[in-house]
Amino acid sequence: MKLLGLFNYWVFAVLLMIGLYALISKQNLVKKIMALAIFQSAVFLFFITMSRVDEGTAPIIQAGVANQIFSNPLPQVLILTAIVVGISTTALGLAIVVRLHEEYGTVEDNEILAMDRES
Amino acid sequence: MTMLLIGVFLLSLLVITAIAIVRSEDLFSAVMLSGIFSLLMALNFFLLDAADVALTEAAVGAGVATVLLLAGLRLIPPKEAPGRPLRALSVTVIAATALLMIYASFGQPTLGDPLAPTQQHIAPWYIEKTPELIDIPNIVTAVLSSFRGYDTLGEVFVVLTAGIGVMFLLGGGRGKPFSRLDSQAEQGLSGHLIPKVMARLLIPFILLFALFIQFHGEYSPGGGFQAGAIFVAGIILYSLVRGEGLALSVIPPRALLLMSAGGALLFGSVGVAGMLMGGNFLEYSVLAENPVIGQHIGIIVIELGVGLTVTGVLLSIFHAFAARD
Amino acid sequence: MNLADHLPALQVIVPLMTAPLVILLRNGFLAWLGALLASLASFGLAILLTVAVLGAGVPEYAMGGWQPPFGISLNVDGLSALMLLLVTGASTLGLAGGRLSLRRDIDNRRAPMFYGAWLIALAGLCGIAVAGDAFNVFVFMEISSLATYILIAAGRDRRALSAVFKYLIIGTIGATFYLIGVGFIYMMTGTLNFADMALRLADVIETRPIIIAAGFITIGLALKAAVFPLHIWLPRAYTYAPNAVTVFIAACSTKVAIYVLLRFNYGVFHGNLLAHSDLFTVFIIPLALSGILLASAIAIYQGNIKKMLAFSSVAQIGYIALAAGLATHAGLMAAQLHMFNHALAKGTLFLCVLAFVLTTGSASFSNLAGIGRRMPWTMAAFVIAGLSLVGVPGTAGFVSKWYLIVAVMGMPGWGVPLVMAIILSSLLAVVYLWRFVELAYYGQPPDGDVSRMEVPLPLRTLIWSAALANIYFGLVPQLPLALAESGTTTLLGGLLP
Repeated sequence: MKLLGLFNYWVFAVLLMIGLYALISKQNLVKKIMALAIFQSAVFLFFITMSRVDEGTAPIIQAGVANQIFSNPLPQVLILTAIVVGISTTALGLAIVVRLHEEYGTVEDNEILAMDRES
Repeated sequence: MTMLLIGVFLLSLLVITAIAIVRSEDLFSAVMLSGIFSLLMALNFFLLDAADVALTEAAVGAGVATVLLLAGLRLIPPKEAPGRPLRALSVTVIAATALLMIYASFGQPTLGDPLAPTQQHIAPWYIEKTPELIDIPNIVTAVLSSFRGYDTLGEVFVVLTAGIGVMFLLGGGRGKPFSRLDSQAEQGLSGHLIPKVMARLLIPFILLFALFIQFHGEYSPGGGFQAGAIFVAGIILYSLVRGEGLALSVIPPRALLLMSAGGALLFGSVGVAGMLMGGNFLEYSVLAENPVIGQHIGIIVIELGVGLTVTGVLLSIFHAFAARD
Repeated sequence: MNLADHLPALQVIVPLMTAPLVILLRNGFLAWLGALLASLASFGLAILLTVAVLGAGVPEYAMGGWQPPFGISLNVDGLSALMLLLVTGASTLGLAGGRLSLRRDIDNRRAPMFYGAWLIALAGLCGIAVAGDAFNVFVFMEISSLATYILIAAGRDRRALSAVFKYLIIGTIGATFYLIGVGFIYMMTGTLNFADMALRLADVIETRPIIIAAGFITIGLALKAAVFPLHIWLPRAYTYAPNAVTVFIAACSTKVAIYVLLRFNYGVFHGNLLAHSDLFTVFIIPLALSGILLASAIAIYQGNIKKMLAFSSVAQIGYIALAAGLATHAGLMAAQLHMFNHALAKGTLFLCVLAFVLTTGSASFSNLAGIGRRMPWTMAAFVIAGLSLVGVPGTAGFVSKWYLIVAVMGMPGWGVPLVMAIILSSLLAVVYLWRFVELAYYGQPPDGDVSRMEVPLPLRTLIWSAALANIYFGLVPQLPLALAESGTTTLLGGLLP
């Protein structure tokens, strides 16, 4: 039971590392952006796991119900902000990739690097 | 216990999907898998009592991000070149870090522990004081827009910056690249009956739902950001079905820029108004005689600002990608 | 409340709120003017805050009227004021000196977007410097990073794009690591406010999550600060960015990451994590040392003046990290002084490079041969700033090198080898700067033309004011000293002698 209660954190660690691995090993820039999204999503899971309280509900007060237990609203707020930051990074990264493709004719990191070395 | 097991099942699916994204060489399927990944993530958030976050993740991760990636893939080759083999060093480092983090997890409070430090210090104060100080049912909205409103101002500017960046790089925002769209070359899917009928039926409801999310965010999950994302989904559906040009004639690029900048300015001016009326920056309590009413006014106006900026920026970004050859 | 109480908030919102107005303009010149005015106003606010810090101190500012730790607070101490002066000063220098250069790099139609991004980057960096809340730092770090990516991507060379993509990936990894660290601390303390964290950490010291948090935060910020060997994004980003942008970011953006590192490692962890100072020292000093030596050596082999100065920056970040890693009062003083003095020297050097490129059109050595005879005024300013970079007495660089050597000598057993390393690296700096100076004065211009061609007088005046500031702060270092002293006191909180 105690171990199962940590399962979310393990998934966080595994997802984070899958994302990091793909960021390092993948050459395709679009793939890198997707890997970045996985990497950031892992952190979202981490925070939201912290916010959960047993027997709790989403932190919205219902009229006429007394003694409700709420899950923690603060990590949820932080992650709302972080999700927005994540999509903004994705959008900007993708725009750079599109421009790179126009300039270099490829979106593979090693090929771009080779062309940079030549010039 | 059942919930815990469902959670474990969903999380395992999440890991499998992540591996599939990384391994897939066809970028289109990777994008679709990313959408599935986000939906699974949203389900997990829902199970963990984070309704607002689940809604946002579904709208942003599965919706906006997928559309953006597809718009990007239109411009670049959708196949990944065969990758290089695994490198022992990076695999070792990464596996070691993962094991270290799992090892560290044994010192952490378990899922749902009501005695965890997280649940002790600040969080109970928000839950206790929100009815008294802000008096809206959704505590997440209260923290987001008032107690930590400064972060949200920052978040709006992050979105605005992304919009500025995409418009700067892809030349959108102003006239020229869009002129091409006046030609009726792109008719969208208007020749196809089923998408056309479905879209006609759906679009009004999507836009209505967005407005509901916008103005009902104090009572139920939602708020400016989610509303903006959903509103944009409606418009994008319209432009997919009717072609780019028509969607642009509904909302011209200059108006989008005005919306983006105006929303951010609206948010900021609420803050400045607080200063002029004798409070601190973003102090809504001084906006009206009754501090609670002041909070309500402040929250509604800034949520409107957030919604405007998000809608303006996401549409500008989408058009900037779509208008590129 | 009177206006003076709002200074910390105004420092952020003046540039932040001007940005959306600037992007609505349709004219490149007006956009530049708007950005310059906002930047000047921020510089003025930073000066007012500095005066306040050195006087009665700046009271904590509660955003939204909510007291910390429930709301977000802004806290300004000596170190923050130092950072604010650097950031706003560098931005103003880049904008004022960059008008001609930016007009060439950025077409009129896209200029409003560019200047909007510039102001947002400025506001983001200021926001980090005044923030008293760990998550707020993350938000403003992302604001400034995203805006900086745009500024760098504006470079005319296509390599600017590939450089900025690498920066985006590494910057996001760094910021995400930082966020994970903040998450672990939040998990164990339930708070996000720096001061509150430091208090509450005492109960959970030496737990595994906190140690992991310290690791994630240190590595994440070291990535952002380009501490060797995590610097791979920096040289190309500095080289291919528009010249005016390099003046701005080279002087301050990595230092803001070091600023956050100092806040966390001293303000929060130090004194709580028992073995922390040892761990931090053991981790950071070898990296700092290899950075100081290797990056200086690599700088010698560069054929592009911007790239050479960029590698020199990596080495200088090594000095700052070395001083900070000593975990002593003298070390922290040296770190802060060197942040200030290096920003001054690098800002001036890159401004001179901007002038060179403005007249010759390229930053490669072959193209700049003989430039010292063609542009004597600018080249003289370059030499002065270069002397400060090396640490010659009479310049600002000497003051911080002196403090650094004194701090290093205070380390039992380590003093002499570390001093040797610092002296060796300074000699390497002499070598790489001399290579350029020799070429500039004695080299043969590529087309054989040795006629005078200086940049316009206003730009020359600006370059010379910056160069003279290097001498002024070398002779009268009271201001940075007082700020560093005040910063050190708050960082250590009286923990160390």
